[in-house]
Amino acid sequence: MWKTTARRMTIMVPQIVLLSILVFLLAKAMPGDALTGLLDPSIDPAALDEQRERLGLNNPWYVQYWDWAVKALHGDFGQSFRFKMPVSDLIGQRMTNTVWLSLLTLALTYLIAIPLGIISGRYHDTWADRAITGYTYLGFAAPLFIFALILLWVFGFHLGWFPTEGSVAPGTASGSLAYVMSKIYHILLPALSMALITTVTTVQYLRSEIIDTKQKDFIITARAKGASESRVYNRHILRNSLLPIAAFFGYEITGLIGGTVFIESIFSYPGMGQLFLSSISLRDFSVVTALVLLYGAASILGALLSDTILSFVDPRIRIK
Amino acid sequence: MNEELVRIEHLTTSFRIGDDYYAAVDDVSLTVRKNEILAIVGESGSGKSALAFSIMGLHTRARIEGSIFYGGQDIAHLPPSKLNRLRGNELGMIFQDPLSALNPLMVVGSQIDEVILLHHPKRSAKERKRSVIDLLEKVGIPRPEHTYGLFPHELSGGMRQRIVIAIAIANEPKLLIADEPTTALDVTIQLQILELIKRLKEDSGAGVVLITHDLGVVAEMADRVAVMYAGQIVEIADIYTLLSDARHPYTRSLLQSIPSAGAAKSKLHVIQGIVPSLQHLPRQGCRFRGRIPWIDEAAHEEQPTMHEIAPGHFVRCTCHKNFRFPNRKEEGARLAIT
Amino acid sequence: MPLLEVQDLKVHFPVRGGIFNRKLRSIKAVDGIRLAIEQGRTYGLVGESGSGKTTTGRAIIGLHPITSGTVLFEGQPIFGDGLRGHAGFRKDIQMIFQDPYSSLNPKKRVLDIVAEPLRNFEKLSAREEKRRVEQLLEQVGLSPETIHKYPHQFSGGQRQRIGIARAIALKPKLIIADEPVSALDVSVQAQVLNFLQEIQERLQLTYLFISHDLGIIRHMCDHIGIMYKGRYVEQGTTADIFENPQHIYTKRLITAIPDMDPSKRERLRQFRLAVKTEYEQAYDRYFDADGLAYPLRPVSATHLAALPEERG
Repeated sequence: MWKTTARRMTIMVPQIVLLSILVFLLAKAMPGDALTGLLDPSIDPAALDEQRERLGLNNPWYVQYWDWAVKALHGDFGQSFRFKMPVSDLIGQRMTNTVWLSLLTLALTYLIAIPLGIISGRYHDTWADRAITGYTYLGFAAPLFIFALILLWVFGFHLGWFPTEGSVAPGTASGSLAYVMSKIYHILLPALSMALITTVTTVQYLRSEIIDTKQKDFIITARAKGASESRVYNRHILRNSLLPIAAFFGYEITGLIGGTVFIESIFSYPGMGQLFLSSISLRDFSVVTALVLLYGAASILGALLSDTILSFVDPRIRIK
Repeated sequence: MNEELVRIEHLTTSFRIGDDYYAAVDDVSLTVRKNEILAIVGESGSGKSALAFSIMGLHTRARIEGSIFYGGQDIAHLPPSKLNRLRGNELGMIFQDPLSALNPLMVVGSQIDEVILLHHPKRSAKERKRSVIDLLEKVGIPRPEHTYGLFPHELSGGMRQRIVIAIAIANEPKLLIADEPTTALDVTIQLQILELIKRLKEDSGAGVVLITHDLGVVAEMADRVAVMYAGQIVEIADIYTLLSDARHPYTRSLLQSIPSAGAAKSKLHVIQGIVPSLQHLPRQGCRFRGRIPWIDEAAHEEQPTMHEIAPGHFVRCTCHKNFRFPNRKEEGARLAIT
Repeated sequence: MPLLEVQDLKVHFPVRGGIFNRKLRSIKAVDGIRLAIEQGRTYGLVGESGSGKTTTGRAIIGLHPITSGTVLFEGQPIFGDGLRGHAGFRKDIQMIFQDPYSSLNPKKRVLDIVAEPLRNFEKLSAREEKRRVEQLLEQVGLSPETIHKYPHQFSGGQRQRIGIARAIALKPKLIIADEPVSALDVSVQAQVLNFLQEIQERLQLTYLFISHDLGIIRHMCDHIGIMYKGRYVEQGTTADIFENPQHIYTKRLITAIPDMDPSKRERLRQFRLAVKTEYEQAYDRYFDADGLAYPLRPVSATHLAALPEERG
């Protein structure tokens, strides 16, 4: 198993390098550079050129890439021209919010998916299964941002049960119990609306895994042993069906990234996603570049996590 | 030797296709005795596996009619909780494909352990482990302690089948059902597994129901044979009688169609037509009628029943009297199909 | 001149592993096989799973790359150490597969399945093509009206006939049949075996018949090669192998064939036990340190066996 993980990690290194090159080149391809937004347009072009020379902006791209990559490795992604602060500090502030939102979403996703998937798979072709499958189709069809907007309007504005923006009530002292409660209160609705949509994939997946496992020959063996139906389910069907779901965990992270971008914007939740969208519209490219790199790295790590879990839970893969 | 173990009476197992039920096992009556190997022979679609599954109560969506008497009660219609006390305990089953019959994510030791735990919940983990190791030894697995912790995919086909057998015999069943136990295995391994089943039967005195399509296996193993065709038993006899004095046209045709040592390169016998599918079975009259069209209709019974033509030798329908194969030449010239 | 001659055929598969997926060692699936089949004859290749018999058949037809060795078809090399000589061999050698359920594309009509090789090699008009397919179906004993049906509408035996119709569409000279009847019921098996013999006579076909079933091999074949772990342990005529087996492995294989006479059970059991004991005791003498067979040595003009040196 360690071999598999080690091999996967060695593959990951070139993946991340490639990703960073791509991100860097894309950023280069954007109109303007670090000086375009920073300086007064009335400045002498010769002075600008001098500045560029000094900052290395006239160097060939691979030299620039190298400088950029070395800095990025040290956590230096340059300055955000909008917030006039280092990008790394800016993202650092937002990241905590996004991480909490993501964690709660993940937890809710599985809290919804596991019971629904089990009911749907175990009693498939009953009314309960049809209702759950209907819900999953709805979830597949409904765009996340429209669904989130509806929830926001109904529970946020119309009923007023939840706050409609921010990550914490203004004026609460950091570290106090009220602060923590307010934080939870603020992420509940965004996390729930995202979980309700993203969970449908897992529900469907778990359902078909269970239906599939139910028909396997070793289930007949279990019945022939004299195992009761509930034991057959708990010992053989569920266990064998849940393991692939566990392995899917890492890929959920990739899904979450896409989700938080929309959800944070809709709920005006100060996280990385909201920062990402607003930075794009304001052409704050140093922030965008850093975020794309971060998201990309997270996806690659997610895939690694999935493969590692899979090799851990499935003995057939472990051996190879 | 002749003591009755299981008595099946008018067992009909039907499956739902569309809006109707179709009988895959149709009015089968049969007894299995202690310390005997009863082979049930037939081709695919004959209902032999459906019969085995019915005895074990393993059909989840079938309609079962008739009775299966075991130990003084009718087990065909037992509630699951009572049936589960018998399955894996007094009734053991060996499956065809040992790879798919084992849970891929559980070490083989725990899979054997489970069946002991289910029927002897009071035994300690240590006692059970001891029993599992003994069982592994009994079914001929080298290094049982080591094998205990292996996963099914780490074992060869023959070893896996030994694990499946260990599960089946763990609680010393009185009836052992083996459903095509060697079809997935190589010849030399097949021999070993058959020897093992025979030895286990001799040691325990259990009754064995051996489901197979392979007449060679039957000849090697069986004490008595029941031949099934299209859901019905067409002939029952002891092995010597069946192989030397088979009567039913189907049994005779089957025996004619296997390659034999003496007649290399000669034409094998071919049964005309094909086995009808479940929905298209002729439910009236002799079911083999359509495949021996040269036999006069009048030779068949209207409602064929089993006739005891000698003690213990039963044949369905009357078409076996005066049955002859058609002229070989005439048959070989045109292959009967479609 | 034999129709097919295989000289010192080796097929090795690399085993990769480690962090960088390097080649660690190789599996010698086929390790030095020689065989020759005369026109119109049937050669049986026997072995248990993992013996390399299927790989041999597939390597001859080009489905596995050959590591070394030569395959001569009508005296010309078809794959000489990876080089291609004989171009027409693709037409002349066809294959019949084991599983009639998975070797036919379920989404294609019988017409398309059988016509596929024709389309690859012959330019026929739609009408000619249809007529040819109808003829072929008739040859394999299927009614020409079935041309528009799909594989799932046929029984196992009929499906295997469709596979055979496809194989004989280009009038091949050699057919490699890989376990052609092991997925079929006894009575259907008889049908297909009879039919294979019938078209052999009619079309002057040569067969390489791969099977694990010695009963069927004895029924069908003139010559037999017995494989174990990629090598031959014995080769000879059917009579050589069945009446005068020399290698301990062959003996063991033959005694494992079920016997149809139940009165011989006890005698057979004793005999098998004796052979098994001999096998276990003589194993080190008959196989080298890696558990592989020794090179073949002649026993008679037609009969070769991998016997240990001290005997020879």
